[in-house]
Amino acid sequence: MSTDIVIVGAAETDEIGRLPDRSVFELHLEGACNALADAGLTKDDVDGVATVGTPGPVQVAHALGITPAWLDGTSVGGTSFLFHVRHALAAIRAGLCHTVLITHGESGRSRVGAPPRAFGRDSLPGQFELPYGTMGPATTFTVTALRYMKETGLTHEQLASVAVAQRRWSSRNPRAAMRDLVTVEDVLASRLVAYPFHLLECCLVTDGGGALVVTSRERAEALGTRKPPVYVLGSGESAESPIISQMEDFTTSRSFRLSSQAAFADAKITHADVDHLMIYDAFAHVPIYGLEDMGFVGRGEAGAFIEEGHTSPGGRLPMNTNGGGLSYTHTGMYGMFAMQESIRQLRGEAAAQVPDVEVGVVLGNGGMFMSAATLVLGNRRS
Amino acid sequence: MPTDQPAAVPKAIPKPTPETRPFWDGAAAGELRVQRCLACLRHYFYPRPVCPHCGTSDVEWVTVSGRATLYSYVISHRPAPGFAEDGPYAIAVVELEEGVRMMTNIVGIEITPENLELDMPLRVVFEPRGDVHVPLFAPAAAPATGGER
Repeated sequence: MSTDIVIVGAAETDEIGRLPDRSVFELHLEGACNALADAGLTKDDVDGVATVGTPGPVQVAHALGITPAWLDGTSVGGTSFLFHVRHALAAIRAGLCHTVLITHGESGRSRVGAPPRAFGRDSLPGQFELPYGTMGPATTFTVTALRYMKETGLTHEQLASVAVAQRRWSSRNPRAAMRDLVTVEDVLASRLVAYPFHLLECCLVTDGGGALVVTSRERAEALGTRKPPVYVLGSGESAESPIISQMEDFTTSRSFRLSSQAAFADAKITHADVDHLMIYDAFAHVPIYGLEDMGFVGRGEAGAFIEEGHTSPGGRLPMNTNGGGLSYTHTGMYGMFAMQESIRQLRGEAAAQVPDVEVGVVLGNGGMFMSAATLVLGNRRS
Repeated sequence: MPTDQPAAVPKAIPKPTPETRPFWDGAAAGELRVQRCLACLRHYFYPRPVCPHCGTSDVEWVTVSGRATLYSYVISHRPAPGFAEDGPYAIAVVELEEGVRMMTNIVGIEITPENLELDMPLRVVFEPRGDVHVPLFAPAAAPATGGER
């Protein structure tokens, strides 16, 4: 396509972590105001709004005094905000709007102004998951791992090494919730949540938010934004099953594969072009699936790749450099934070900055391997 | 949730919908029923009126054998409401011999990683719960490896 799409504003809420004094709605608005300030724009420059179902784009637009020409409420779990970027890109190119604000806010820990988490007894989870004592992601997202371990030989130590690698990054990041270095032994000694997953192999539960401002390069130049633009070089999206038992193969995510293939083809990049990688890490096995399903390593190789330090500081594929959902923050819909870190790296303003980052890739997951979107971002035109 | 009186909290009880009613009626009758496509002859689950394999709505309900193998599982150490007295329990996904998978619990065996070998043979049993019966799976035979921790 001829029109370059750029992210000109990117910011998180002032604080992340435990924020019992802020509602979900406030977190959305704080992230939005911070992102607009980061862009050097005002709400009057925005004519498109995208966010997930609650509070939804109408409420966010109204609260900020934005009159939208385009709305997107795509709500497919924690990767929704990556979908919003892709959809905003299409809308801007199609001329439906010029500048889109994408907001996230979630009181995942404090549950202030938060929607109920309950599924109805007559829903799919209500009929075919909850009767078996599932307790959210820790007991459903995790259920694929033993199959993966049996078929590939992934060891418990390699699974634990995902948490170890990410703590090496978060130890350099003052905003990360968990910063003390840990060993494989520490991870395996932490309490079992859902065998084979120990506490340190499970993501945090936090409060926080963030927002992005997306527009065309031409519009950004006309408006005179503050920071160097981050280009959306490619994108892809897909989905698989609403309940994890119906995933077609427990050892590989079809939507990870398809969304990433589409994004890489769209951006016309190869794996060798990628300087920095964010893979949504709700649990320690997810980056392992992501590395393989995106094609960075071969089948069954991701565990050893991480264990050997290749994704750690100094490694050849720096991954989850904010510490990820395991150590940085995880509000429940982590995708916004994965994008924020990729943008910081591309701008050269990350806490644990990787040198010479020109191309970053973000893989978002929604639900329990339910949906996925992949973005290829760059700090210059492809 | 109250932790001092776990027995008072019931396990979640599914509520059938029109398209899932035959499944739950089957369970109440001690039968495991899934759907099969009359065009491509493949079974599928969860209940829905269109075959996900070939797209036809020419589908039927069939009673299957209830024989399955253990596809994957976790052992939950955080009890859901109603599960506090079960101890660590297996949230499993089983594969029926007809090729479809479903989530369930494993019963009839002490729940340890040593006892729960992937691909072990299982058979369906039904647990009355509220006004429905929930399909659970038990080892088809005594575990070959014993079961000592």
